[in-house]
Amino acid sequence: MTMIRPAIRTGEHFFNGDVACAEGAIASGCRFFAGYPITPATEIAEAMSARMPEVDGIFIQMEDEIASMNAILGASCAGVKSMTATSGPGFSLMMENFGLGIMMEIPAVLVNIQRGGPSTGLPTITGQQDMMQARWGSHGDYEVIALSPCSPQEMFDFTIKAFNLSEKYRLPVLVMADEIVGHMMEKVIIPEKKDIHLISRKKPAVAPEEYLMYQPEADHVPPMANAGDGYKVITTGLTHDEKGYPAMNAEAHEKLIKRLCDKIIKNRSDIIEYEERYIDDAEIVVITYGIPARSTLRAVKDARNAGIKAGMLRLITVWPFYEEKVFELAGKTHALIVPEINNGQIVREVERSARGKTKVIPIRKFAEMHTPQEIFKVIKEVSK
Amino acid sequence: MKNIQIKIGGFGGQGIVLAGYILGKAASIHDKKNATLTQSYGPESRGGSCSAQLIIGNDEIDYPKVSQPDILLIMSQEAYDKFTPELTKGGILLYDEDLAKPTNNFGKTTRVHSIPATRYAEEIGKKVVANIIMLGFFTAISGLISPDAMKKSIRSSTPSGFEELNVKAFDRGYESGLTKTNQKK
Repeated sequence: MTMIRPAIRTGEHFFNGDVACAEGAIASGCRFFAGYPITPATEIAEAMSARMPEVDGIFIQMEDEIASMNAILGASCAGVKSMTATSGPGFSLMMENFGLGIMMEIPAVLVNIQRGGPSTGLPTITGQQDMMQARWGSHGDYEVIALSPCSPQEMFDFTIKAFNLSEKYRLPVLVMADEIVGHMMEKVIIPEKKDIHLISRKKPAVAPEEYLMYQPEADHVPPMANAGDGYKVITTGLTHDEKGYPAMNAEAHEKLIKRLCDKIIKNRSDIIEYEERYIDDAEIVVITYGIPARSTLRAVKDARNAGIKAGMLRLITVWPFYEEKVFELAGKTHALIVPEINNGQIVREVERSARGKTKVIPIRKFAEMHTPQEIFKVIKEVSK
Repeated sequence: MKNIQIKIGGFGGQGIVLAGYILGKAASIHDKKNATLTQSYGPESRGGSCSAQLIIGNDEIDYPKVSQPDILLIMSQEAYDKFTPELTKGGILLYDEDLAKPTNNFGKTTRVHSIPATRYAEEIGKKVVANIIMLGFFTAISGLISPDAMKKSIRSSTPSGFEELNVKAFDRGYESGLTKTNQKK
């Protein structure tokens, strides 16, 4: 007989990032997980397969990632908070239906524990090579929300954050972690239930006969009736009007696409989160996200000890990109340094946002995280 | 306590990563320190080389990887040959003397201790508890983690029905470690 564990395992745990992610999902109220195991995200599926039966939830191992993404959208339409988790090749397969979730405005969470690519790439080794795919991987015009954790504790916290944002803004939200964060173990503190702030999708405030599936409120987000609630639930991946009926013309398309983008763009200040360290008088700023943030922090501390005015801007929300902040920093620094475990992806956004006002220097790294010394060296060179 | 870097090396099947997990959990949950465990992660299997890397201390752990171990726990010749050159000057090397033979000389400041952990484990009744004997040995010699925290962590991390065997293994290693440190004094 094994003990049935509660939904919220309040207390201190020594978890890896993948397990912390699963516990964060369950603490968020996630009761449906559909996925296909893939290294280095397998431990999320493994944890969910053990935990879902304990909390009266459902775990399904699907035939592939295309079906996994579809399954979580369907479950969410029925009113159940839902998640899937994958890596590299699986993320590619999920992209089509990720777009379906954007178009049908379905809350869900998609976790990518990144590994090296393209293709099968490096199954067991880290990467941050899917950051642009996260932004543009599905076809069409749209905005996304992507969070980037750098510790097991943040895997727990940001998964909750991702669920809240997905419910609030009615879209699948991305958690863009990596193999190192997924597999490293650290203390994870799970708060008491009363201290976990949860958001649920807005429900219709009108009578069923007056409800329109895609009629937005002032925040550009339409209230969402679940299938089976007694409201007319009409939804499609085709361009549609406020009723949810297909409307194939320029006017309807422009109206819909603009609203899908505006609900993120115009709520940026509510969505975007970041962390600043040693930034106030910084002349050199390292802009970072995910696991390289931890090497960056050490490098910045070392630089300060060496008398160099260095600082760190860590993007918690990578998408939407905080271009105003980068522009502001560009205006008062000698250089912006961008370490990434890829051939230079987010550095393009930094360059675009800096608009030529300062030097932008990428530090490209492949299949392992930067050492603090590698980042410190660049800070030191720039400071000369 | 300053942050200390620890590496445990051996081959797949010895419970190298489990030893790292028990140590990390003891430090972070029961001794209220900070601890980060990373592991060599590849298409490894039973018999292949394997390592667990820990940082333990009271300071914020930024860079999570072990760059230069202060303490090494070695359970195979391959791990001995591969990791001992990385050891910090003045560090501690602990190894299973039946599984690794010393192949290099260390400076006077390096503390080197060996234990027949696997042989002791066989005497206790299960070869698989050799990793726990190494942890006991480490706990006595390093003085970094309280034996109480280690035992709590062992009890909650080993399969039910085998807790006492594992605690016994820990004690065996711990006593052996105490003897070694007393000899030095």
